[in-house]
Amino acid sequence: MIEARALTKRYGPKAAVDDISFTVKPGVVTGFLGPNGAGKSTTMRLILGLDAPTSGDVTVNGKHYAQHSAPLREVGALLEARAVHTGRSAYHHLMAQALTTGIPRSRVEEVIHLVGLQDVARKRAGSFSLGMGQRLGVAAALLGDPATLILDEPVNGLDPEGILWIRNLLRSLAAEGRTVFVSSHLMSEMSLTAEHLIVIGKGKLIADTSVADFINMASHKAVRVRTPEATRLRELLVGPEVSVTSVEHGLLEVSGRSSAEIGRVACDNSLPLEELTPVQASLEEAFMELTQDAVEYRTDKLAGAA
Amino acid sequence: MTTDTMTGPPRQAQPDALPPGLKVTQWGVLRSEWLKFWSLRSSQISVVLAVIATIGLDCLFAWAAVSNYERLKARGAKLSDFFAADTALHAYFLVQLVVGVLGVLVVTGEYGTGMIRSSLAAAPKRLPVVWGKVIVFAVIVFVVTTISTFIGFLAAQPILNSDSLGVSLSYPGAVRAIIGIGFYLTVIGLIGSALGWLIRHTAGALAALFGLILIAPGLGELLPTTWQPHILPYLPSNAGGQIASIQPDPTGLALWPAVLTVCVWLVVLFAGGILVLKRRDA
Repeated sequence: MIEARALTKRYGPKAAVDDISFTVKPGVVTGFLGPNGAGKSTTMRLILGLDAPTSGDVTVNGKHYAQHSAPLREVGALLEARAVHTGRSAYHHLMAQALTTGIPRSRVEEVIHLVGLQDVARKRAGSFSLGMGQRLGVAAALLGDPATLILDEPVNGLDPEGILWIRNLLRSLAAEGRTVFVSSHLMSEMSLTAEHLIVIGKGKLIADTSVADFINMASHKAVRVRTPEATRLRELLVGPEVSVTSVEHGLLEVSGRSSAEIGRVACDNSLPLEELTPVQASLEEAFMELTQDAVEYRTDKLAGAA
Repeated sequence: MTTDTMTGPPRQAQPDALPPGLKVTQWGVLRSEWLKFWSLRSSQISVVLAVIATIGLDCLFAWAAVSNYERLKARGAKLSDFFAADTALHAYFLVQLVVGVLGVLVVTGEYGTGMIRSSLAAAPKRLPVVWGKVIVFAVIVFVVTTISTFIGFLAAQPILNSDSLGVSLSYPGAVRAIIGIGFYLTVIGLIGSALGWLIRHTAGALAALFGLILIAPGLGELLPTTWQPHILPYLPSNAGGQIASIQPDPTGLALWPAVLTVCVWLVVLFAGGILVLKRRDA
């Protein structure tokens, strides 16, 4: 269980994380979604106490991370930037982490097998590919058999096989009742892995909802209409709740009216229709649209100030 | 390894795989830092280099002292003050650079690679990491440099004795100087670590360290002569020279004030480093 309350982190005048509150519950994979620079990594560093919040508070299992007597037993973390000395072997890296908390050598060997690094465990971590580095990071996160896992962009640099492996791993960890908090800037990946979503953009919380609800909320349902009488149809449809955009000559995209309503309007006014298609935004579009708002909001503000 | 282990449902540890009641202890962090020190090739090389340089250079300086003595004697110089046994311990001048670089790297190597985030995630109270590194580094450097200085001293005396310039271990101040060199080198290495915690970047911390021990004494000579006696003796390298000599400079600091001086440098710089570590984001 991770609880953030009004969490804020400023670097100078810029807020990397701006008054965010959320709860990450055990038993499901919670996706932490946002475009690059949205504040995901900062939030994760705040959870681990690597950065101190400017204001607000975040706790893991009811305590600040640093107050746990065995943090590695409580929270396993994979941080985006590699957090491994390049000159040390994977085995020694994990062993050094384990020694701090008295985790036995047998567990180190176990996680090395779990992530499939047994053949290269004695090699310098600096010689690892991005994918092997991610596996080492996952091994370090699992070392203390923690109840909570925080993974920053775990599929980065993994091949399709590795991505599938991570996906299955995260789901099975959540199924065991653990809290699993995974960040990504890829909505499509999250839709396959996560059940719950926390979406941020420009440091602000945009959504905290189930994946299904997020798609519904974000999807702008529109209807594509092809007609030679585009200008007239547009005039008839436009209203306070309805927006009509002209995609190309003779092709409109209407939101705020169902295809049935549009068909009736066209019929009542004897306008010929060549196409009438409901379109649903894809996940990626839904996500882009929502986070775009955060970007636009910021741009507007700047323009207003200028 | 089969594809199955890569993509199949991952095996999880049974809940009883880890013993109950595990927690982060200073002893655990110390063992971790010990492993971290020895599992890097750069530390292994530095230690070997310090040993070889100490013994080799002490012998070389002894040989140079002897040939210098011969030359001065041939010119008929008065040589009653010629004391070569200290010259034959001067390897520490160069070994302090090896130890200083190692002290810096023990800290900045973690910042440069991102390892510091793993270290602090494992021990988020942060100070145990500092103490772990300090103790591991101090023990290793003190033991290694003191023993190699002993060996260097013993190896240099036969060379000096070709002109009856050698002294025995029982000579007043000999053992004190040998242990003093181990102590001074340990302090210099730890000052390197302190600068590492303060500055976090290898190049910057090295520049600060070399500025302090190599350049500051030279710059000090440019100060007005009335100021010099109030500043120069208190630089770590000059105070260290008093600790590291069998026959210290009578115009310099006495032994215990010199020890106090280098300790003050160390404590002040470390206090700054710890403050930065506790206050600033990792």
